[in-house]
Amino acid sequence: MSQKVEKLIDKKGLRLDGRKPDELRPIKIEVGVLANADGSAYIQQGKNKILAAVYGPRELHPKHLALPDRTVLRCRYHMAPFSVQERKSPAPSRREIELSKVIREALEPSLFLEYYPRTAIDVFIEVLQADGGTRCASITAASLALADAGIPMRDLVVACAAGKVDDTIVLDLMDTEDKKGNADVPVALMPNLNAITLLQMDGNLSLEEFEKAVNLAIDGCKKIYAMQKEALRAKYVNIKEVEE
Amino acid sequence: MTSSIVVRVKQKQIARLIAKGKRLDGRGLTDYREIKVEEGVVERAEGSARVLLGKTEVMAGVKIEVGQPFSDTPNEGVLTVNAELVPLASPTFEPGPPDENSIELARVVDRGIRESKAIDLEKLCIEPGKKVFVVFVDVYVLNHDGNLIDASAMAALGALLNTKVFNYEYKDGEVKIKPGFTPLPLRKHPIAVTFAKINDTLVVDPWLEEERVMDARITLTIDDDGDICAIQKGGSGYFSPKQVLEAAKIAKEKAEEIRKKLKW
Repeated sequence: MSQKVEKLIDKKGLRLDGRKPDELRPIKIEVGVLANADGSAYIQQGKNKILAAVYGPRELHPKHLALPDRTVLRCRYHMAPFSVQERKSPAPSRREIELSKVIREALEPSLFLEYYPRTAIDVFIEVLQADGGTRCASITAASLALADAGIPMRDLVVACAAGKVDDTIVLDLMDTEDKKGNADVPVALMPNLNAITLLQMDGNLSLEEFEKAVNLAIDGCKKIYAMQKEALRAKYVNIKEVEE
Repeated sequence: MTSSIVVRVKQKQIARLIAKGKRLDGRGLTDYREIKVEEGVVERAEGSARVLLGKTEVMAGVKIEVGQPFSDTPNEGVLTVNAELVPLASPTFEPGPPDENSIELARVVDRGIRESKAIDLEKLCIEPGKKVFVVFVDVYVLNHDGNLIDASAMAALGALLNTKVFNYEYKDGEVKIKPGFTPLPLRKHPIAVTFAKINDTLVVDPWLEEERVMDARITLTIDDDGDICAIQKGGSGYFSPKQVLEAAKIAKEKAEEIRKKLKW
C-alpha cells in the first residue's frame, strides 16, 4: 500500500491537484435543497457530491424503540452505486454501517436530545459521488440539514481530515492521497466549544505527527465552519428578499 | 447513556471517586485490570487465543483458506476480521446478524492489524492475481464486562501469534497440502488502548459499570515503534483537543507496558 508508484507531492511542494499542503479543496455548500425534507443540505468538496436530509422530530417506528426522556437520533450514511469507480452494491456494507454509527455519534453532542422525548430524528446521507473524505463532508452537510430543520443545537458540527502523504502532513485528503498516503485522520469539531466529536485514524503516525495532523484538521474545520454559516445565512436572506 | 435513575446515582458515585483519582474497583485512573492470555486453546483452528481482561473474556480463532486476492492488491494475501457478540456473553447481546457494535468492534480490531502491517501479506501470495491465503480472524466475546476492543485486539493478536500456515505444493493451478506447517509471518504487535471520558476525566480500560456512565470513548492502537496506527472515537460525547493528545501519550506508555508484560 505504501509502494510509491508516483509522487504525491512534487518538487515545488504541491499536491497532485496543485494544492498546497494546508489547502482545502474548493467547497460549495447549499442549504434547503430538498422540498420534502424538514431540513436539507448539499455539499461539494472537490469531486465529492453529497446530499443530507433530516426528517423529524417525528413519531418513531417501531414504537418500542422510543425513549421516555429524549429523542432517538438515527443516521444512515449511504453511497450511491454509481458514486465510485467500480459499482458499489446498494446494500449497506460494513463500512457504511460503521460510518453511520460514528457520524451519528459526531452529531449527537451538538443536539439537545432531551427536548423531544419519545420521538425520532432521522438523518439520511446520500453520497452521489465520492472522492475521499466523504464522512467529513457528510457531517458538515448533515449538521447544516439539522439546523435547517430548526432543531436546537449547541453548535454546528464541522468535519475535515488531515493526514500524511509522502512524509508531509496535509489537509483534506482526496481519494488518491487517502489510498496511497501514509495516514488519514478525520476530525469533527464543534468550533465554539472546542470539542472534538469524531476522531478516527488509520495509517502510521508518530505522536508529534499526530498532534500536527489534529491541529491542521482543526484549522481546516474552522475554515469550513465559516462557509457553513455563510450557507445557512444565504438561505434565509433569500427568503426574506422574496417576502419583501 | 444517562437514562435510568440507578445509572445517574452510580454515575455520581463513580464521578466523585474519579475526581479523587480513584475508581469503583480500586484501580488507579491509568491502571489496566489483570490481563491473562492463553494461546492455542482450540486445536482445530490454525491459531487461537483466549484473553481475560478482568472479567471480560474474549476468544479469537484463526482459520486459513485458499482464495482469490483483491484486484487492487493482486500479490497480497487477504485479511478478514469478524466479531461476534454472542448472546451468552451479556444480557444486552441478542442473537441475529451482526449489529453496528459488533461491526465497529471488528473493524477497529481489523484496522489495528492492517494499518500496523502486522501480517506480511505479500508472503501469503501463492500465485499473483489468482491464488492467495485468506486469513480469517474470528473474535468471539464470551463475557462482557467492558472494554471489548482492547480484549478483542489482544485475543486477535494472540491467535495470530500462534497461527500456523499449512505447507503446500503449487502445480498446474492446484494447491496441494503437504505435511507440516510454517508460522504465520508476523512483523508487528499492535496494542489497542481504550479510554473512557467520565466527568471530563480520562480513565484507562473502562469496565462495564464505567462504560454505562461514560460520555465518550477513545481507542488508540499503538505499534512496536510507539507510533499510532489506528484511532476510533465512540459514544455520544466529545473530547477536547488537549484530552486527545493526553490520551495518545498515555496510550503509548500503556501499550509498551502490556507488550513487555505479555512478552510480545
